[in-house]
Amino acid sequence: MTGASRGIGAAIARALAADGWPVGVGYRSARERAEEVVAAVERDGGRAVALAGDVAADGVAERLLEELEERFDRPVLALINNAGINRDELAPALDDARWREVIETDLNAAFRLTRRALRGMLRARAGRIVNISSVVALRANAGQANYAAAKAGLIAMTKTVAVEVARRGITVNAVAPGWIETEMTAGVSSELLAAIPARRVGTPADVAAAVRFLVSDEAGYITGAVLSVDGGLAA
Amino acid sequence: MATVTTEQVQARVIEALASFGPDESQITPEATFEQLDIDSLDLVELAQIVEDEYGVVLKGEDMKELETVGDAVQLIVSRASA
Repeated sequence: MTGASRGIGAAIARALAADGWPVGVGYRSARERAEEVVAAVERDGGRAVALAGDVAADGVAERLLEELEERFDRPVLALINNAGINRDELAPALDDARWREVIETDLNAAFRLTRRALRGMLRARAGRIVNISSVVALRANAGQANYAAAKAGLIAMTKTVAVEVARRGITVNAVAPGWIETEMTAGVSSELLAAIPARRVGTPADVAAAVRFLVSDEAGYITGAVLSVDGGLAA
Repeated sequence: MATVTTEQVQARVIEALASFGPDESQITPEATFEQLDIDSLDLVELAQIVEDEYGVVLKGEDMKELETVGDAVQLIVSRASA
């Protein structure tokens, strides 16, 4: 999974490793934290390897998957597109660079990884792709036109790819987290909290549980779906 | 790249197509993909295999032109020898 050195990604990595998956912990620059996730997984008896790369850069998606395939000597059968950045700004002031960066990392990279991962999954006649979208793809949040566009794009991509490959036993789903306690959301206001039906922010573990389920064998008939993990925010 | 023979390519293509479902005995050069129930996803996979093994890149437009197994084999051989 990408963006796994911290936050939701790290929690997902640990949850899947606990289910027996050998895990690729993708990170861009936080090497120590990625290595910490690997160490934590190994302490718990699982297998993991840290994989460095900026998913937005050319060729990185392909390289990451190849490295992972080589490391555990098998095709990658589960891909979690979690790497995400935000560059918030109201639309009139949102410049091209900020727009582009977010679309590249949050949407385009997910597509490239998906395209590459499907090669192995198609041959294996099995696979799980989970795209981490966001509540803001479903319910507007001012200041995030770029992020929301990318996250909503992920949902449409999820559904389209899902129907293309469903006959091969590959499921493709999206998880749409609401406000989750991570570095990306540090400093959430009390007004926001009051707007959340569950009256609390979510935890990375809340999201990891949903991903874990979608990746499991039992979820084999669920594909093209969007699972909100947001305490009722998008309802 | 070593030159590939039509026989080699044909054998490989038949092997690949058989793995998508149809009975190997049905897969003759004259058989159409439609007859064999080979869908677009199968063809994408076939293109993948062909690229991995022969370095030949088959794009969507190429695949659309192909009707029979023989068409595919011919295209691969001609591209591989180019």
